[in-house]
Amino acid sequence: MSNSDQPASLYTTRDPVFPRRVSGKFRSLKWGIMAVSLGIYYLMPWLRWDRGPALPDQAVLLDLAHRRFYFFWIEIWPHEFYFVAGLLIMAGLGLFLFTSALGRVWCGYACPQTVWTDLFILVERWIEGDRNARLRLHRQAKMDLRKLRLRLTKWLAWLLIALATGGAWVFYFADAPTLLWDLVTGQAHLVAYSTMALLTATTFFFGGFAREQICIYACPWPRIQSAMMDEDTLTVGYRSWRGEPRGKHRKSVQADRLGDCIDCLACVNVCPMGIDIRNGQQMECITCALCIDACDDIMDKVGKPRGLIDYMALSDETRERAGHAPRPIWEHIFRLRTMLYTALWAGVGIGIIYMLFIRADIDLTVAPVRNPTYVTLSDGSIRNTYDVRLRNKHTDPREFVLGLTGDPAMYLVLEGAPDATVIVPADSAQLQRVYIVTPRGTAASTADQTPVTIWIEDHISGERAHRDSTFNGRGQ
Amino acid sequence: MTEQNKKFDTDPKTTGHSWDGIEEFDNPMPRWWLITLYICIVWGIGYTIAYPAWPMVTRATAGLTGWSTRADFAAETAAQQAANAPFNNRLETTDLAAIPHDPQLGPYAVSAGAAVFKTWCAQCHGSGAAGAVGYPNLLDDDWLWGGSLEDIHTTVSYGIRNDDSADARYSEMPAFGRDELLDEHQIEAVVNYVMSLSGSPQDATMVDEGATIYADNCTACHTENAGGDRSLGAPNLGDAIWLYGGDYDTLIETVTNARFGVMPNWNGRLSEAEIRAVTAYVHQLGGGE
Repeated sequence: MSNSDQPASLYTTRDPVFPRRVSGKFRSLKWGIMAVSLGIYYLMPWLRWDRGPALPDQAVLLDLAHRRFYFFWIEIWPHEFYFVAGLLIMAGLGLFLFTSALGRVWCGYACPQTVWTDLFILVERWIEGDRNARLRLHRQAKMDLRKLRLRLTKWLAWLLIALATGGAWVFYFADAPTLLWDLVTGQAHLVAYSTMALLTATTFFFGGFAREQICIYACPWPRIQSAMMDEDTLTVGYRSWRGEPRGKHRKSVQADRLGDCIDCLACVNVCPMGIDIRNGQQMECITCALCIDACDDIMDKVGKPRGLIDYMALSDETRERAGHAPRPIWEHIFRLRTMLYTALWAGVGIGIIYMLFIRADIDLTVAPVRNPTYVTLSDGSIRNTYDVRLRNKHTDPREFVLGLTGDPAMYLVLEGAPDATVIVPADSAQLQRVYIVTPRGTAASTADQTPVTIWIEDHISGERAHRDSTFNGRGQ
Repeated sequence: MTEQNKKFDTDPKTTGHSWDGIEEFDNPMPRWWLITLYICIVWGIGYTIAYPAWPMVTRATAGLTGWSTRADFAAETAAQQAANAPFNNRLETTDLAAIPHDPQLGPYAVSAGAAVFKTWCAQCHGSGAAGAVGYPNLLDDDWLWGGSLEDIHTTVSYGIRNDDSADARYSEMPAFGRDELLDEHQIEAVVNYVMSLSGSPQDATMVDEGATIYADNCTACHTENAGGDRSLGAPNLGDAIWLYGGDYDTLIETVTNARFGVMPNWNGRLSEAEIRAVTAYVHQLGGGE
C-alpha cells in the first residue's frame, strides 16, 4: 500500500444505526425486563413504609442530610457502611458469575444504557416509523415541515422521558411527595434542580444520540468482561459451518450448494450496535440476542431449522463441526468457575444477612482522651477521661445506664449527669464525656495500664452493649 | 471490518528516526484531541483575563471578575459571624449559671469556647487543658481562685497579677529566704512540715519545729489546716496537686523566692460572648464546681 501525502485520519464518523423492529422470545424477555427495571426505578421512591413518627416513611431513602440509608425495614448508619460495600462486592461477584456463564448478559438485558436506549428506539419507532422510514427520513436532506415535526416530536418525547429519569433519581434522596411539590413550585434546593438537569441531559444525549458509542468507546466494562469469559461461556454466535456459503436461494443457483444463510441481512438490520454477527464474536456485541429472534423468524419462513444464530459456546464449535450435538446448557453453566463465583457471592450475602441479624439496636464506641493520659485529683486519685458515643437505633428515646467492669476500686462519673444515666433521643447518637476514677494507692492508680470495660444498658428493653478500653495509671 | 480498515493506513509514515531499528510512527493527533486542546487554549486565555493570573512587578493582574481568596475568606467569615450573632447575643444576656443547662446555648458555648481556648489559652494551659509546671491544670478539681462559672469568668476577664486591669486577681507571697524573713534552717523545717501535710516523705525530726514556723508565718494565707484561701489565691498545701512541684528542692525554692504566676486579662481582647463561652468550656472539662 502506498503512502498518500495526506496523513490518515484517526477519526471515524459514526455510521447511524437504525434497528428494525423484531419480535420473538428474546425480544419479549427484553420488554419484560425493561418494564420491571424501569417500573422499579420510577416507582420505588413512592413506596411508603411506616417507621413511626420520628423517622421518614419512605421505603427507600438515601437521607444524606441526616446520614441514614433506609431500605424497607433496614436502616443503615454511617458506621455500618460496610453493608453497602458488601452489596457492591456482591454486585461485582454477581457480574463475574453471569459473565462467565452467559457472557455479556448484563450489557444485553439489564444495563441502564441498553434499557434506556431500547426505550428511546421504541419511541423513535412510534413517531418516525420503522427502519426503512427512519432511513428515508435520515437521507432526506431538506428539512421540510414533516421532518421538522417528526424530529421535534421525537426530541420532546425523549426529553420528557429524560426529565422523568433525572426526576426519579432525586426522589431517592428526599421525601418524594414533598420534593415533587417543591420542584414544581420552584422551592426545591439548587442541588435537586442541577442534579435533575444533569441527569436529564445525559439521559437525553446517551439514549438519543450516543447510544452504542457509549458501549464501544466510553464503557470500560466490555473490555474487562473478555477476561471473565472462556470457551464454555454461552454467548451469541453464528453457526458458520451451517450457514456458509451464504447466498440468495434463487432457482438459477444450485440451492443445495449453498448453506442455510440466505444473506437477508435481517440479523444486521435489527442489531442496535450496527454490527454483523456473522463476522464472529466481536467487541461491539452486547449479546442482546435480537439477531437470534430475527434469524429464527427467517428460518421459519424458509423452512430451515432454527438456531443458525444462537446462544452457544466456543467449545461446542468443534463438536458441531464434526456433526455431534452441542453439550447441554447445564454443562456450560455448572462449572467449577461459576460454582466458585456462586459460592463467593453467596458467602458475602450470608455474611451481610448474618451481620444484619446480630447487630444491636443500642451501641456505643469509646474513645479514650489522651491529652492528657490521666489527671491527678486533689485527694490523689487518678482520673481518665473517655468520649463515649451512645447510639440509640430505636424509634423512641431511650434511657441508658452506664456502668463499668474491671478493677472494683474504680468508679464511673458522667460529666453533667450525676446519676450515671443518659437519655438518648430516638434514632440518634449522643456524645457523653465519661470519667473513670481510681483512688490513691490502688493497683490501677500505680499501674501503667489496666483493662476496663464500659457497658450500657437500656432501661426499657434491658439490652446491653459494651466496649473494652484501657485505664492509664501513673505508671510508678 | 474490511471497510473500517481501509480508513487506516496500514503502512504509515515514520518520523525518519531510527534507534536500533526501532522507528517512530508519524501519526497525526486524533481530531477530538486537537479540538479539546484548542478549546483548552481558548478557555485558558479567557481564564487569565477573568481571574488573577499574570505576575507583574508588584502584584499579579487582578482579573476582570475581581475575585480573590482573601475576599472569599472575608465573606465567609462575615457569614459565619452573622450566623453566630443570635447565639452570641443570647450568650451575653443569659445568666451565666443557666448557660450549661440551655439545650441550644450549652453545646454552642462549649464548641465556641473550645475554639477560643485552643486559640488563646492553649499556649500556657495546653491544648488538652492539662497545664504544665507553673500553669494550672484546668481538668482537676483543685482551683486557686475558684472553679464556679462565676469565678472562672472573673479570672478570664481580669486575669491574674497583671497591671493592665484594675480588677486583676492579686496574690502575694513573701520571698522568705531572699528577703531574710526566715533563715535556711527554718525554711528546711517548714518545708518538712508542709510535706508532712500531704503525706509526702519528710524528715520527721523537723516537723514540730516547722509547725511552729508555719503557724507564725503561713497561716494568714494558707490557713491553719493548710486548706488555702481562694479569696487570696493561696493554694491548698494538703492535697496531691502541686503547681510547681511537691518535691523537697522545689518547695525550698518556692519558700525562698516565692512564685508569681501571671495571666493576662482577656476582657479587652475577647468579646463578652467569647469569655462566657470559654468559661462554659473550662467549667465542663471535669473540674467545674
